[in-house]
Amino acid sequence: MFTLETGSGLWNPLAWLIAAIVLFIIAYWIRTFGEKGYKKGTDQEKIFFAGNEAPAVEAQHVRAANLYWGFKEGIGRWFEMLRDMHTGLATDYVLWFILTLAVILIIISLGKGVVQ
Amino acid sequence: MIAEEFILKHGPALLVAIPLFAAFATPFISRLNEKVRNAWVLLALLLNIYVLFIVGRNVYHHGIQLYVYGASNPGLALPSGYVIPVRIIFELDALSVFMAAITMLLSFIGALYSISFLKEHDGLDKYYTLLLLMTASMLGMELTGDMFNLFVFLEILSIASCALVAFRSERGESAEAAFKYMMMSSLGAMFVLFSIGVLYGQYDALNMAVLSKRIEYNLLDKIALALLVAAFGMKAGGAPMHMATPDAYGEAPASISIMLVGGSQASLYALFRVVFTIYGGMLDVTSVGWIIIALAIISILIGVSMALLQTDFKRLIGYSAIAEIGYMMLGVGVALAVLNDGATYGTKALEGGIFHILNDALDIGLLFLVAGAVYYTTGKRSLNAVGGLARNMKYTAFFFIIGMAAVSGLPPMNGFASKLLIYESVYQLNPVLSIIGIMASILMLAVFAKVFQSAFLGPTLPEHKDVGEVPAPMLLGMALITLLIIFIGLFPRFVLEHFVSPAAQALLNRMAYLGAVGGA
Repeated sequence: MFTLETGSGLWNPLAWLIAAIVLFIIAYWIRTFGEKGYKKGTDQEKIFFAGNEAPAVEAQHVRAANLYWGFKEGIGRWFEMLRDMHTGLATDYVLWFILTLAVILIIISLGKGVVQ
Repeated sequence: MIAEEFILKHGPALLVAIPLFAAFATPFISRLNEKVRNAWVLLALLLNIYVLFIVGRNVYHHGIQLYVYGASNPGLALPSGYVIPVRIIFELDALSVFMAAITMLLSFIGALYSISFLKEHDGLDKYYTLLLLMTASMLGMELTGDMFNLFVFLEILSIASCALVAFRSERGESAEAAFKYMMMSSLGAMFVLFSIGVLYGQYDALNMAVLSKRIEYNLLDKIALALLVAAFGMKAGGAPMHMATPDAYGEAPASISIMLVGGSQASLYALFRVVFTIYGGMLDVTSVGWIIIALAIISILIGVSMALLQTDFKRLIGYSAIAEIGYMMLGVGVALAVLNDGATYGTKALEGGIFHILNDALDIGLLFLVAGAVYYTTGKRSLNAVGGLARNMKYTAFFFIIGMAAVSGLPPMNGFASKLLIYESVYQLNPVLSIIGIMASILMLAVFAKVFQSAFLGPTLPEHKDVGEVPAPMLLGMALITLLIIFIGLFPRFVLEHFVSPAAQALLNRMAYLGAVGGA
């Protein structure tokens, strides 16, 4: 009912769920060892911002364009190539289609097919 | 009882006739009242789901069902004296029914979601007419056993889709996206028509089963095959021919974007039907299998990489959809490449690919609806302009988390089950393909983690402090998909055994498809 056989392995979501619940309970149990009390209304409630005054709440939000900056810079040439490919010009769309069609046509034409 | 008998007999025709009739009646019913019109559209789709249930149950229990248009007996393809069938025939096997079920699900949820999502828009009589036409055309593509009929439905799909992509006529970008989508669709359809002409000119037949028996795999047949593979591959959104697809997904209303996913999948179905059924007996399976694998890998890599760069929410999902199409093509391409080797992992790969069609429709569909909900409440498309929405849109945020986990293949969601089947079977052909698939899935998680962080987490932005949750019909649409995602995730074996495996076997069992029609 639950076990999916993949041909070379198994996947049982129920076993995964039980394991996840057990791990959650253990994590929660470890969390209970944490410091329970803190002084309300003091600096303990403030965000630690490397010792500086934290910016206004709305300014703290990291916007989408700033995420993965390092990753995008690291393999920038790959992304640059993709950007160059996506010109937005309809004629280029047709060009890519025709180029792909040509490659498919050559490969299929060279194939021999099955003798019945 | 009588109604059920009637549906059993004429169900295949009703599946297309009901949405067609409902479509053409919608402009008249719209004149009465907007609520009556909405009820009319939903009832028509519900009725079609009921018909599909009756017909589908019959196909799954008793095998292929034929419907011969204009014949005294709809099941009789060859009246005495006929050598080949000359009438238009619908041929329903487990795969057609599987695809039709996905189409109906997307159509119903799209229509339900539209009720609130587009409430303030005008031109909704035309909108619902086109939505129903899209439904009819996708069903027609999935049920027909006739090549020219397939072309006609493909054209109806393209025209209805393009008009709906341009629905937000106040945005110039929508018109541009619709123009590009129409241009590429027309080009693809022209090539499909040309290849049908090539086949008809040689073999005097348009019926898929008859063509399959007669095909000699000469140079003209190979040219026709290349045109069909490229055209349907492009319509499905396979890279590097994908460029118009994210434009269209991004600009269409969210309720139409999920229908466009269904349209891509209908084209993918046509591609599979061409290579497995029509050409299956003569095909150089290794070459064509590897062509599909190459398109799959390019789609996965380009789709997920471009998604990472996007800041427009729907365009980002559009590129993710390209990557997801790649996973389906990967599974099916591997199955085709080893079709004549008798490798058991080929069947598993095919099951994985077909299973992923269902999962992709749900996962990407849900994410599009979430993007629509964010647009509905904030009026923003850019992820740079939103933040902290989880505080005021708790249900939508929850639906997004489910969609994100599912599309990234995180256990125990549905996407994990189908991707696992694909990874493990593809690995046996070439481990590198599997590694690329897994790495791209991780990147997919990164893409949607970016969306979650930028749109839903963080402090409430001042401009969004009055934002609330979306109306009930929109929540209901998202909830229905979420429930299905969780159900399939928890019971993958049930879905695989009862729905996916019969569909995969239908594609592999070419002789049954051919034998049902007869003729030489």
